[in-house]
Amino acid sequence: MLATARTFTLDGIAARPVRVEIDVRRGLPAFSVVGLPDTAVREARERVRAALANCGFEFPLRRIVANLAPASLRKAGPGLDLAIAVALLTASEQLEWEALPRVAMVGELALDGSTRPVPGALAIAEAARELGAEILVVPVENGAEAALAPGIEVISLESLAQLPELAAGRWSPVPPQSLPFVLDGDGGGGDLADLRGQPHLRYAMEVAAAGGHSLLMVGPPGAGKSLAASRLPSIMPPLARGEALEVARIASACGKLAGGPVGQRPFRAPHHTISPAGLVGGGSPPGPGEITLAHRGVLFLDELCEFRRDALEALRAPLEAGSVAIVRASSALRLPCRFMLVAASNPCPCGRGEVDAECSCAPQAVRSYQSKLSGALADRLDILTTVRQPSAEAMGGEAGEPSASVRERVCEARERQASRLGAGRCNAEMTPAEARESALAEGAAALLAESYSRRRLSGRAHDRVLRLARTVADLAGAEAIGRDEMAQALQLRRRDA
Amino acid sequence: MSKPRACLECLHRAWLLARLAPYIEKIATGAPGSRSPELLRLSNEDLAAVSAPSVATQLLAGVLEIEEGRLREELRAARCWACCRHDALYPEGLRDAADAPWALIGRGDAALLAGLEPEGAVTVVGSRRATSYGREVARELGRELAAAGMVVVSGLAFGIDGCAHRGAIEVGRTVAVLGCGADVSYPQAHRSLWRRICAEGLVLSELPPGTGAWRWTFPARNRIMAALAGMTVIVEGAKRSGSLITADLAADLGRDLGAVPGPVTARTSAGPNDLLAGGACLVRDAQDVLDAMLGPGARRIDRSGPDLDLRLRAALEVVEGGVDTPDALAAALDLSGAEAAAALASLEALGYVSCSLVGAYTRTMLRPPPAGI
Repeated sequence: MLATARTFTLDGIAARPVRVEIDVRRGLPAFSVVGLPDTAVREARERVRAALANCGFEFPLRRIVANLAPASLRKAGPGLDLAIAVALLTASEQLEWEALPRVAMVGELALDGSTRPVPGALAIAEAARELGAEILVVPVENGAEAALAPGIEVISLESLAQLPELAAGRWSPVPPQSLPFVLDGDGGGGDLADLRGQPHLRYAMEVAAAGGHSLLMVGPPGAGKSLAASRLPSIMPPLARGEALEVARIASACGKLAGGPVGQRPFRAPHHTISPAGLVGGGSPPGPGEITLAHRGVLFLDELCEFRRDALEALRAPLEAGSVAIVRASSALRLPCRFMLVAASNPCPCGRGEVDAECSCAPQAVRSYQSKLSGALADRLDILTTVRQPSAEAMGGEAGEPSASVRERVCEARERQASRLGAGRCNAEMTPAEARESALAEGAAALLAESYSRRRLSGRAHDRVLRLARTVADLAGAEAIGRDEMAQALQLRRRDA
Repeated sequence: MSKPRACLECLHRAWLLARLAPYIEKIATGAPGSRSPELLRLSNEDLAAVSAPSVATQLLAGVLEIEEGRLREELRAARCWACCRHDALYPEGLRDAADAPWALIGRGDAALLAGLEPEGAVTVVGSRRATSYGREVARELGRELAAAGMVVVSGLAFGIDGCAHRGAIEVGRTVAVLGCGADVSYPQAHRSLWRRICAEGLVLSELPPGTGAWRWTFPARNRIMAALAGMTVIVEGAKRSGSLITADLAADLGRDLGAVPGPVTARTSAGPNDLLAGGACLVRDAQDVLDAMLGPGARRIDRSGPDLDLRLRAALEVVEGGVDTPDALAAALDLSGAEAAAALASLEALGYVSCSLVGAYTRTMLRPPPAGI
């Protein structure tokens, strides 16, 4: 007899529909799985066999063929176990489920028949709804995540043994509570009030958050660079609901949602030994990298100069495009990656910097170390701020301004940008033409022209300063960029070698 | 104006040096700081016999065999020209030195060579490992001396040398003396600067085109730098810095010697501070150099910058006090981060401070006009 069940496999961060077709007929006992399964899917045979037996079902001693359609799509991961088991039970007439054509399901099986969580439940729930399914069966741990998707009934299943009850309508499970939306949290990084003293660093962070500008902090170890970076999500504008779902979908596909609230801006700080594939995505099968995990949030590269050059080079194109295309022989993926780049670096290999008499770094070593501060990636960094150890008074002094009030100013500045540039766009994304259209007060134009003519600015830096100045003016609520705002932007800009 | 010329004998000498370079390397750098220039006083035969005893005759014969046409073709191919001690254009200063190079291979402005007199040239050298203070002083010295009409001579090395060239080339004339062929940019990282000096200034070497750099060629080119200029200024350098060799050589030639003072605790200023203790001329700015060379007040440099308001004047004083970050400035004057940023940017735009790659601010030599009452 033939039976089918609907399930999904994950391709990058998107869910692709898969139909499990099972044919059970007389013949030598065998169980084969066809249709481009990977190792984990092929091993489903053993898991399903044990799970059925341990839940009081009978594993049919017949010739069983499982076909995973479409046969051309590569299926990965153990998430197909549940659908195979259900189709097998139906095909062997041990389960009669009237609603099965309207049901989609996903889940890994343990040998005792209980379900195990799978990545990407949110994307799968959305894809199931698109496909017209009315019910989605997921492992109990994925229930809250899948329930984020509106318009589909989610059933969290604990064990295969619950299936007969469910199918017969004798058990109506409580719909799982969806994960909470917290749109104005601090991203788990803490409050900016923890940053004491260092007014210029705070100011640079505020401008960066307000205009979406990338930020480079240079200073000795322990001066507060990492602390400052981790506080950035707390002063960035809250995510819109659609953006929050987008972020949650990515985290879910990477198995990183972990029951936490949804709607926080992500903060990713990969270690500097990361490979290019780990940073931008890749591997086999291709999956998202850190830049996609940082989508709509902050990607923090601590010790920028220690990163592999090829990894930093790989960042350039995605940074400009806001998305990354990962093309391999067998597949092509396009993943979103609109993140804010924040980098930190020591001034020299020993970290003290030449102002410190103790610094004993050879000039050649300092030069090669700093070469990454003026390379092609550094060209994409807008703001430079020098961080020094805060003074004892500042450390013992009162707490700084809390994130909430800084965020208020940032949001106002973002609104001004949106009304000028269109919804969702910020000053950092202005084209050179748009940047040059910015209204300049007389003093500002003179100051910029003077800096430019003294060869202190390159053409590219000229446009960068204009973008920064526009953000500074937006923060100040000014229509035209004034002289002071231009001066501040000139000071904030990253220096060329 | 006549073109620089070189006779075959002197050209052969240059090519011989290039052939002997690996052999001289072995005997000249046995002890650190050894005075390889002394070897260069020797005649062709003696030099070959001393440095490469086993192959001296073959080497010498091999070089002397090279035809004149081929030498000149090599020079032309490298876009270089040569000037020898028998030519009228040969720099006067070099004639004072017993170990002066027989021929100079040049690339760039030959007219600059003709005008190169000790009275009109200053050598500015110092450590490759320079601090931002040293760089700033070197750049300003280079710029102001060039603006005052002096030729700034230096060695194209990292640190002080590069800064002195950069300051000078923007407003005037500069000469780079290399320890490798004049058509070779050493260090590689100074390619763009070398190219600019080739185009707008002059690059000199005693070695034929294409010769690489050896350890002994650096002290050797130092003797040329010392002899070319009427005064040698050491900006920064540790106790055993190569730039002190230049200072020694300049003193031996009876040239003026200047040194820029630095903190007594800084290793990088130990060299110039020692020179000052030994009687070198104190150099705080280009005016000190001009006074020492041309007599006090003979040529005045106007270094007053544009007027400053009270706010900027206060900020400038704080930077003069050693504050180098906006955060520290904000703390010192109780400003907001934005105000501190604006103040530093204004000062930078007016030329009173400069900012490094890693964002540290340094005071420039520009002086504010006296405060109005």
